[in-house]
Amino acid sequence: MDFFIQLLVNGLSIGLLYGLSAMGFVMIFKSSSVLNFAHGELLAMGAFLFLVLTTWAGLPVYLAFLITLAGSFVLGFAVERLFLRPLIGESLIFVIMLTVGLASIFKGLLLFFFGGNLHTYPEFLPAGLGVQFGNVFIPPVYVASSFIGIVFLVLFGLFFKFSPQGIFMRSVADNQTAALSLGVHVKKVFALSWAIAAMVAGMSGIVLGVINGINVHEISAIGLKVFPVVILGGLDSIGGAIIGGIIIGLLETFTCGYISPSLRDVVPYAVLVCILLIKPYGLFGLVEIERV
Amino acid sequence: MRRLSFHPCGNFKESYAQEITIFETDFGRFWLLAGLVLLFCVLPFVSSPYFLYVCNMIGIAAIAALGLNILIGYTGLISLGHGAFFGVGAYAAAILATRLGLPFWVCVPAAGFVTALTGMVFGIPSGRLKGLYLTIATLAGQFIIEYILVHWESLTQGTMGIVLPEATLFGLVIDGDRPFFYVIFVCLVLVTWMTKNIMRTRFGRAFIAIRDNDRAAEGMGIPIFPYKLLSFGISSFYAGFAGAIWAFYMISITSEPFTLGLSVEYIAMVIIGGLGSIPGAIFGAIFITGLNEILRWLTDIFMSMGMASGFGLNMASLRELAFGLAIVLFILFEPKGLAEIWRIVRSNFRLWPFSY
Repeated sequence: MDFFIQLLVNGLSIGLLYGLSAMGFVMIFKSSSVLNFAHGELLAMGAFLFLVLTTWAGLPVYLAFLITLAGSFVLGFAVERLFLRPLIGESLIFVIMLTVGLASIFKGLLLFFFGGNLHTYPEFLPAGLGVQFGNVFIPPVYVASSFIGIVFLVLFGLFFKFSPQGIFMRSVADNQTAALSLGVHVKKVFALSWAIAAMVAGMSGIVLGVINGINVHEISAIGLKVFPVVILGGLDSIGGAIIGGIIIGLLETFTCGYISPSLRDVVPYAVLVCILLIKPYGLFGLVEIERV
Repeated sequence: MRRLSFHPCGNFKESYAQEITIFETDFGRFWLLAGLVLLFCVLPFVSSPYFLYVCNMIGIAAIAALGLNILIGYTGLISLGHGAFFGVGAYAAAILATRLGLPFWVCVPAAGFVTALTGMVFGIPSGRLKGLYLTIATLAGQFIIEYILVHWESLTQGTMGIVLPEATLFGLVIDGDRPFFYVIFVCLVLVTWMTKNIMRTRFGRAFIAIRDNDRAAEGMGIPIFPYKLLSFGISSFYAGFAGAIWAFYMISITSEPFTLGLSVEYIAMVIIGGLGSIPGAIFGAIFITGLNEILRWLTDIFMSMGMASGFGLNMASLRELAFGLAIVLFILFEPKGLAEIWRIVRSNFRLWPFSY
C-alpha cells in the first residue's frame, strides 16, 4: 500500500510537471494553431539561462528567476517575429518542419555551449519544505514545483478571464476572422502568446532542472512527451493540459512501478493512438467542423 | 522521320495525353539518356571508394525520400514515422535472410511488402484523422516501432544487432561499393520510373485530389480511406525497400539509427528538394546526404587539427545546428525547394540566347 501511495504521489508530481510543460504548448496552439516541436528546446533554453545566471553570474535565486522569465519572454517574441510570422497562412507541413528546424538549431546551440553532460543547480530550496505523510515522503522540490504550478495556473486563469490581452487571445483562438474584423490586432496576439508560452516554458524548464538536473537531451525529450499530454487533454484547453499531464504522469509511474521500467516511455504513445482512434480531437478538445 | 520537338512558346496542349507526357521535348529525352550513361558507365569507374559510398547512401536515401514524397507531397499526409519504416524494412530483410535463408532478390521486395503492411497498419488512424492530429499519430507510431525494434529481442536481437549473409544476385556475389552502386542505382531508376507512372494514373490523380481537399475528393467519388491507406502502403514499401538494401549494404544492423531524427531527415529531404516533385526528392537526398558528409568531414578536420578534444566534440553539435538552419532557411526563402530553383535555372536557359 505504501508503495502504491508513493507511486501515486510521484505520478501526481511528475504529471503536474508535464502539465506545466504542456501549458505553454497549448497556449501557442490555441492562439496561432502552430504545433510547436521546439517546445522541449524552449524548456531547455530557460533551464540553461537560469543555470548561467545562478552559477556563473552568481545572482541571487529570485533575481535569476525573474531575469530568466524576462529572457524567455524576449526569446519567444523573437522566434515568432523572425520565423513564424512569415509563415502565417502557409500549409501545415512547412510550419511543423520550421519548428523542427528551430528545435535542432536550439539543440545544436545548447550542445555547443554546454555539451551533453548533466548539470545541476546549487541547492537553494529549504529542506523544511519536504512533507512527511506517514511513511510517504514528498521531497521539497516536488512541493515547490507543485506550488509554482498551481500559482501559475491560477494566474493564467485570471489573465485569460479578466485582462484585455487575455480576452483578445481567447477571441483570436475562438475565431480568427471574427476577432480581426472586431479590431483585435491578431499579429500582436500571436507574438504575445509566443512570448508568454516561452516564459511558461522557461519556468517549467527551471523546475525540471531542479528536479532531475539539466541535460539537453532529456529536457528536449520532455518536449515530445508533451504530445500525448495535450492529445489527452485536448490541444486547445489549458485546464485539459494539466489533467492530461497528471493522467500521463500517473500512467508512467504505475507502468514503471508495476509492469516494467522499459515500457515507461512507450505507454503514453500507445494510449495516444488509442485515444485518437476513439475520440479524434482528444478528451477535452473542440471538434472542428469543416465545410468544403 | 519524326520531327524533333522543341518547347513551344506558349501552352498549346490540346489533350490530356499531352498534359501528362513525361518528356516535353526530345532534349529532355536526350539529356536523361546522357545522364544515365554518365551515371552507369563513367561515375563508378572514375570516383574514389569514399565518393562511391556517398553516392550509394544518396541512392538509398533517394528511394526512401521518393516514397515519403508520395505520402507528403502528393497525398498531403504528414508522416513522422518514415525512419521507423526504413528500420522495419532493414530488420525484415535481415530476419528473412538469416532465419529463412531467402536470397537477396527475394528478401528486398519481401521486406518492402512487410513494411508496406506495417505502414498500412500505422496509416489506419488516417481514416479519422487529418492534419496535425495525423502527424501526432504517426509520431506515436515512430516511438512504438522504435520500442518494438529494441525490445522484441527474440526476433530482432535487440541492441546486439543482426549480421546479414552475403548478398548474391544471379550467382554473382555483391560486395563492396561498386557492385552495390549498380544494384542501388538500377533500383533507383526503376523506382523513379514507377513513381512517375503511378502519378500519371488514376491513383496518382486521386492522391492529388485528396491532398487538395479530401472532403471534395470524397464528394467526387474517390473512396478516400482506401486511397490514403494505399498511399501509406506505397510510401512504406519504398522505405522498406530502401531499408532492406541498406541492411545488405551495411552487412550488420542494430536498432540504433532508426530514430525520430532519421524521420525528420527524410522530411527535410522532401521539403528541401521540393514537395510533390520527383526530381525534388532526389535533389533533397543529394543535399541532405551531402550536407551530412561535409559536416562530418569538417568535424574530422577540426578534430585532427589538434584542437582540444572538447572543442572537436562540440563541433558535432554544430551538425545539428547546420541541419536545422538548412531546413529553416529553405522554408523561409524557397519553400518550393531545390526543384523550383532547378526549374528557374532551366527556364532561363530555355530561351537562351534570345531571352526577352
